Amino acid sequence: MPDLEDHFDRTIERDQRVEPRDWMPDGYRATMVRQIAQHAHSEIIGMQPEGEWITRAPSLRRKAILLAKVQDEAGHGLYLYSAAETLGADRAELTAMLIEGRQKYSSIFNYPTLTYADVGVIGWLVDGAAICNQVPLCRSSYGPYARAMIRICKEESFHQRQGYELLMTMMKGTEVQRAMVQDAVDRWWWPSLMMFGPPDDASPNTARSMAWKIKRHTNDELRQRFVDMSVPQAESLGVTLPDPELRWNAERGHHDFGPIDWSELQRVISGDGPCNAQRVAVRRAAHENGTWVREAAVAHARKAAVPRSAGVFA
Amino acid sequence: MSSGNNVHEPKPSSDDTPETPYEEVYAPSSGNAYEALNEGEDPRWAYGTGFADPLAGVDTRVPEGVDRTDLAAYCLMLGDDALIMSHRLQEWCTRAPELEEEVALANIALDLLGQARLLLARAGAAEGAGRDEDALAFLREAGEFRNVRLVEAENGDFGHAMARLLVFTTWRLALLDRLAGSRDPVLAAVAVKGVKEVAYHRDYAAGWVVRLGDGTPYSRERVAEGLESVWPLVAELFRPHVVELRLAEAGVGVDPAALREEFDAVLDHVLSAATLTRPGDTVTPEGGQGGRAGTHTDVMTGLLAEMQSVARAHPEATW
Repeated sequence: MPDLEDHFDRTIERDQRVEPRDWMPDGYRATMVRQIAQHAHSEIIGMQPEGEWITRAPSLRRKAILLAKVQDEAGHGLYLYSAAETLGADRAELTAMLIEGRQKYSSIFNYPTLTYADVGVIGWLVDGAAICNQVPLCRSSYGPYARAMIRICKEESFHQRQGYELLMTMMKGTEVQRAMVQDAVDRWWWPSLMMFGPPDDASPNTARSMAWKIKRHTNDELRQRFVDMSVPQAESLGVTLPDPELRWNAERGHHDFGPIDWSELQRVISGDGPCNAQRVAVRRAAHENGTWVREAAVAHARKAAVPRSAGVFA
Repeated sequence: MSSGNNVHEPKPSSDDTPETPYEEVYAPSSGNAYEALNEGEDPRWAYGTGFADPLAGVDTRVPEGVDRTDLAAYCLMLGDDALIMSHRLQEWCTRAPELEEEVALANIALDLLGQARLLLARAGAAEGAGRDEDALAFLREAGEFRNVRLVEAENGDFGHAMARLLVFTTWRLALLDRLAGSRDPVLAAVAVKGVKEVAYHRDYAAGWVVRLGDGTPYSRERVAEGLESVWPLVAELFRPHVVELRLAEAGVGVDPAALREEFDAVLDHVLSAATLTRPGDTVTPEGGQGGRAGTHTDVMTGLLAEMQSVARAHPEATW
């Protein structure tokens, strides 16, 4: 055992990847499963707030963009559940944990999407914050997760750009459209800052995760990076970020920003956000309504060594 | 992941090296990447958002001897079929029985949406009244839509969805296959692209009809009931509208009556593998000529109210 542990420690120390067949401490395995599963759940639940607008998209081009984006999120969920399975987890069990409320997903998806501008703002701010969080994870010490993250970050970057482009177009449109964009920014700004998690002094697991190199920067570092990135983007767009204390601090070389209402994050995480019940209910309904379909697929596959459904036209 | 839509630029393979350049490229500290949107292309973005004209390189002139009004009407028929079928598939989003099905159904919906955009754009160009794809999708009333009624029927369960998709794709693939030889270069190009897409859609639907039909007793009941419920809308698929007949005569369109034999043969093949039988045709009570003439079922109004809601609420807006 000491040899195995030494090998693991050296792998981490040398910035090499831990692979599925390598020995790893139980705590590392459990932490990775939880992290990857929560990320997968977030992708799947995250389909809902924007997915609600696909059938109502105001142009066919926007409809195609949004449909493709939501499809990508389903794909991200699939790779991530697969990455979790390399650690011995089971997709069906993880799904059960999600719909029974035993595992979390990003609390940002518990806010409602009220207008089409929300689709753009989610792309810009929510996907932007996700990219800040996830780009460093392309160097996660767990190999399958790091590799999944590369593709996911590329697609997220594409989504973010499309979201920003929608907002730019809307800002050049009518007065009503500009007001819609500002309203959506007002509603999503603070929840986006909360996506980075509690402040460092209230994040007990950060030190261990950093030591294991499954987390590369602290919550507050990433949050600061996101604020610094977003301020010039907001200026370029012509919207105001809803924080009167937001200003450049030349001494720090960063933007100062106002206090975050952590009690709101606590409320939303613990289930009292505007849409928690609805999000889980939709996922649960899809899963339960699909039970007979999945059972049929299994029954059919068992009936024949070579299922007839595999290439009806072959 | 998606077989034929224009939305995504080619995706690099996932084994691109993740080492330091990647993080530097994307790190927010590397500057304001958004200036790129105002100042032209920036290599820091992996993908562009540019959308090329889907008909670039195709001769878009209306061929000699083809009636523009007929061509516009015909493009609307085929475009509306794709648009409304896509809408019903979009409604499955976040409701599919498994994540693989989420991806597949969205993919099919995207392909059909792509076909609809090309066909509506062609309809607008042939009409010559300045209506683009969006004016046609969002500013027409139910009575101006020319889709067959099969595609507008409300969603049921997954058995219904697969039964309808099998019927729709078998019919449409037979149609597009023949349309690939159209004298209209745009219709021919749309058909050639569509054949590849719809062949996959049909394979997907057939696979599920077989799995459900030859799965559990319950799944067999569900898919059989789905088939029964869509069957009254099947006869309409093969009843030619006068515009279809005129364009078939002119070598531009396809007479749908000619598709029935292939349709029956494919359905029989799939349904026999699924241990199901093809329902008998029933005569549907209806006024007028059905969807091709603008006579729709009452659910069409609700479908359009949703699809057109944002576009109509902001008539002066740009998206």
